[in-house]
Amino acid sequence: MGVTMGGSILGNRVLRKEDPRFLTVGGKYVDDLLDEALLKGAAHVTYARSSVAHAKVLSIDVSDTKNMPGVIAVYTAADLGLEATPNNFNPTVARTMLASTKVRYVGEPIVAIVSETREQGEDAAETVIVDYDILPAFTDMEEALASSTLIYEEAGSNAVFDSTALGNPDFTGDEFFKDCEVVVSEKINNQRVAPCPLEVRGSAVAWVDGRLFQWLSTQHAQGCRDVLAAVNGLEAGQLRVITPDVGGGFGAKIGTYPEEQLLGILSKKVGRALRWRETRSESMVALGHGRAQVQTVTIGGTKDGKVLAYRLHVLQDCGAWLDFGTILAPFMTRPMSSGVYAIPAIECRTTSIVTNTTPTVAYRGAGRPEATAAIERAMDLFALKLGMDPVDVRRKNLIPKFDQPHTTVIGQTYDVGDYEKSLDKVLEAANYKKLREEQAKRRASGDTKQLGIGISVYVEITGGVPPMGEEAKVEVLEDGRAIVYTGTSPHGQGHETSWAMLASEQTGIPMDKIDLVWGDTDLVPVGGGTMGSRSLQQGGAAVYEMSAQLVEKAKKVAAKLLEANEADIVLDKDNAAFHVVGTPAVSKTWADLAVAAKPDGGLVHGGTLTVEMPTFPFGAHIAVVEVDTETGKVRHLRHVACDDAGKVLNPLLLEGQIHGGVAQGTAQALLEEVRYDGDGNPITSNLADYAFISAAELPSIEVVHMETPTFVNALGAKGIGESGTIGSTPAVQSAVIDAVSHLGVSHINMPTTAERVWSAIQSAKK
Amino acid sequence: MKISVTVNGKKHDSDVEPRTLLVHYIRETLGLTGTNIGCDTSSCGACTIHVDGQSAKSCTMLAAQADGSTVTTIEGLAKGDTMHPMQQAFMENHGLQCGYCTPGMVMAAIGLLDENPNPSEEDVRIGLEGNLCRCTGYHNIVQSVLSCAGKK
Repeated sequence: MGVTMGGSILGNRVLRKEDPRFLTVGGKYVDDLLDEALLKGAAHVTYARSSVAHAKVLSIDVSDTKNMPGVIAVYTAADLGLEATPNNFNPTVARTMLASTKVRYVGEPIVAIVSETREQGEDAAETVIVDYDILPAFTDMEEALASSTLIYEEAGSNAVFDSTALGNPDFTGDEFFKDCEVVVSEKINNQRVAPCPLEVRGSAVAWVDGRLFQWLSTQHAQGCRDVLAAVNGLEAGQLRVITPDVGGGFGAKIGTYPEEQLLGILSKKVGRALRWRETRSESMVALGHGRAQVQTVTIGGTKDGKVLAYRLHVLQDCGAWLDFGTILAPFMTRPMSSGVYAIPAIECRTTSIVTNTTPTVAYRGAGRPEATAAIERAMDLFALKLGMDPVDVRRKNLIPKFDQPHTTVIGQTYDVGDYEKSLDKVLEAANYKKLREEQAKRRASGDTKQLGIGISVYVEITGGVPPMGEEAKVEVLEDGRAIVYTGTSPHGQGHETSWAMLASEQTGIPMDKIDLVWGDTDLVPVGGGTMGSRSLQQGGAAVYEMSAQLVEKAKKVAAKLLEANEADIVLDKDNAAFHVVGTPAVSKTWADLAVAAKPDGGLVHGGTLTVEMPTFPFGAHIAVVEVDTETGKVRHLRHVACDDAGKVLNPLLLEGQIHGGVAQGTAQALLEEVRYDGDGNPITSNLADYAFISAAELPSIEVVHMETPTFVNALGAKGIGESGTIGSTPAVQSAVIDAVSHLGVSHINMPTTAERVWSAIQSAKK
Repeated sequence: MKISVTVNGKKHDSDVEPRTLLVHYIRETLGLTGTNIGCDTSSCGACTIHVDGQSAKSCTMLAAQADGSTVTTIEGLAKGDTMHPMQQAFMENHGLQCGYCTPGMVMAAIGLLDENPNPSEEDVRIGLEGNLCRCTGYHNIVQSVLSCAGKK
C-alpha cells in the first residue's frame, strides 16, 4: 500500500478504500435505494416531453392519460399553478418548470405523470396530446441572431448575455493589428457535446413530518438544497438532500433541473413518496450539454514568429434556457484567452445566444477547454502561415517561468508557472525529433498513411468558483475511529481515500479507521460541492487544517489526563497516541481522549478554510495520429501528457484523472458531437447514435510527471480533474490537421471524422 | 409466466411478466442492484452478467429467456472475503472511479479472458468496445485486464 512507517503517507500510491464495495456488491446509486424505508411503496414520475423544437402550445390534452392503467395523477403547469420564473443571468428570460405557452427544445418537459410503476408511466406519456403551432427552429446561433423570431419575446433579442454588458471593452477596429506583418484568421467550431455520465439523472422524495427528504444524484447537495427549498417554499432547514453514490457528473449534475425540482410538489399533491429516473434517451436531450461555442480567432505578429495581437470573438450557445453554459464564455473562456503566452494585446468579446436546443451547462473544463482550443488553434495557424515549427512559435511566445503571481494583458492573475519546462518534458518523452523525421519520410514517399503530430501547451483555472474555501469537521469517537465531514462531493474522485490520507497524516489514526461523510445536508449543512477541480485544494486542504487543529485540541485533553503541561504533550503518530515528551511508555490513545472529552461535547473540531485565489494548473500534450489519406480515417497512436497539478497527494488518483480527462478531450477532437436536423430534431439522442468514445478508439496514455507547488494552499496542490480534457483536445485536433497539412489543409473542424478529413483533403486538391 | 433461474448459486422460482427484461428481474425482483442500467440501446454494457458461463448484456434478454439458466452477477464473484482475481486486479490498477460501469466491465473482462486467456492490449481494447466508461479513459481498465491475464 505504500505506507511507510514513520514517514508521510502523502504522495504515495494508496489504493482506494471505496473499491471493495464497488467491486463486490456495486455502489448504492439513487435507483438502488430499494431498501430505504421512507421510500417503501413509492410511486414513479414520468415526464411527457416536447417532440418539437419551437412552437406555441395551443392545448394540452391529458384526458386519455388519466385513464391509463396504473396512473395516479397527471399534471400540467396550469394544474400545478406554476408561474414563469425569471432567469438569474437575464431576468427578461422566464419560463415555467413545465412548458406551458411555448416549447423551446425537443425534450422540454410538459406534463408530469405519477404512476404505480415506471413502465405504466412510460405507456401513459405516449397518450398525451399537445396541439402545437410550429415556429421556425434555430439550431444555428448565427441564424438565431439574424432572425426576428425570438425564442424569448420579452428578451428583445436572441442574444441574451454579452461580455460588453459586464463592462468589458468591445473590439476596436483594424488598427488593432496595424503593427503585425502577418495576420491569420479562422472561424472555429467548438462543437456541442454530451457529458454522458454513465448514471443518468435520478431522484427520490418523501415528506417526513413536514420536512422534505430528497435523494439526488448530484455534485453539490448544499447548492441544490437551496434551490429546491425555494421551489418548494421551504426554509433550508426544512429540506434534507441526501446524496447516494453518484455515477459520474462531469459538471452536468452541479445544478438541479425542473424534473428534480418538481418532485417535492408532486409528492405533496399525491401524498406518496416518489421516484424518478430518466432513460438514457431522455438524458441525451434533457441533461445539459457542454461546449457549444463558435469562435472567430485572429492572430497577428512578426515574420519571425512573435505574436503581437490576438482577437477572439466567442458565440456561446446557451440552448433554450440560460443555465451555466450561458456564462462560461464571459467568466471562464475570456479570462483564459491569453493561455500560456505573453501576448501584448488581446481583445475578447463573448456573446451568448439562445437556440432551440438543449440548454448548455458546465462540462469537464467548462469554458477553459474552449479558451485553450482557440489560442492553440490560432498558434498553429500562425505557425503554418510562417512555415515555422509549431513548437518554435510557441517557445517564442511562452510566458517565462514565474513563482510570483503573473497577470496577463486580459487581466487574469496566475499563481505559478513553468510552461516551457512542461513543453520540454513532453517533447523529450515523445521523442519529437524522431517523430518529425518519421513524418518527413512518409510525406516524401507519398504514403497513404500519414503521420500527424499535435502539440498543445495550456494553463487553466481551478478552484475558481465560489465559495473560495471549504468546510471540514473531524470527530473522533470513543472507539478511536474518526469521521471526517466534508463539503465536497465525490463521484469517482476518491475522496474517501484522499481525505482519510490527509486526516491520518495529521492524527496518526490509521486510514481504515477513518470514515467520510458528505452530501447529506443534515450532516454537512455547508459545502461547495465538487466542481471546477476545487476539491483537493479547498476541501482536502480544509480536512488537513481542521485535523491539525483537532490535534491541538486533543493535546489539551491529554494534558489534563496526563497531568502535564499542554506544551509538553506530543502526538506519536505511529501509535496514534499522546504522551508527555520523553515518556512514551505512559500514553493516551485517541479513544481515551474521546471518552474523556465526552462531557465537554466530544472530541470534534470543524471550520472553514478560505483561500485567497484560484490555482492555475498547466502542462503540455503531444498527440500522434495516423491518417489514411484515401479514406480520411484517423487512428490515435500515442498521447503524451504532462499535467502539472502542483504537489501530488496520490499519484494513482492523479493519473486516473488525467486518463479520464484525456479520453473525454480526445472524444471531442475525434468523435463526439451532438447533432440536430434542420427542424431542431436531435439525431444523436441515444448511445447508439452518439459516438461515445470506447476503449478501441484510444491508445494507452503516457503520463509525464511534473510538480510545481502553488503557494495558495498548505498542500501546494492545484486541481487535476479537468486538465487532461483541456490539454488533449487541441493536441489531437492539431495532430489530425498536421497529418494532412502538407496537402494544403490548414483547418478541420471537430470532430475530425473520416468524412470531414477526407472532404478537407479533396477541397485542398481543387 | 413461471421461470426458474439459478442466480449466484441460489435457485429462484418466480412469476414474471413476459415483457420483463432480465436486468429488471435481477435488480427489482431479486434486489441485486450491483448490475446497473446505463442506456436503452444495448450500447453501454453496464448490465453485463454471465448466463451459463457466457457474458451477456442483461438488457438484451427477457427474464423468460433465462428460464433454466445459471446466472452470475457481480455479487456472485467473490468467495467470502476473497475477491475474484479480476476484482482484485481492478482494485490494484485503479480500474474504476465512479463505479457505475464497473460491475458490467468486470463481468465482460472475465468473459474476455475466458475466450482469450492471453490477449494483447489491442485484443483487450477491441474486446471491451461494447462496455462504456466515462471516468477512467479505459487506460487502467485495460491494465487491470492485462494484469489479471498475467501480462503486466
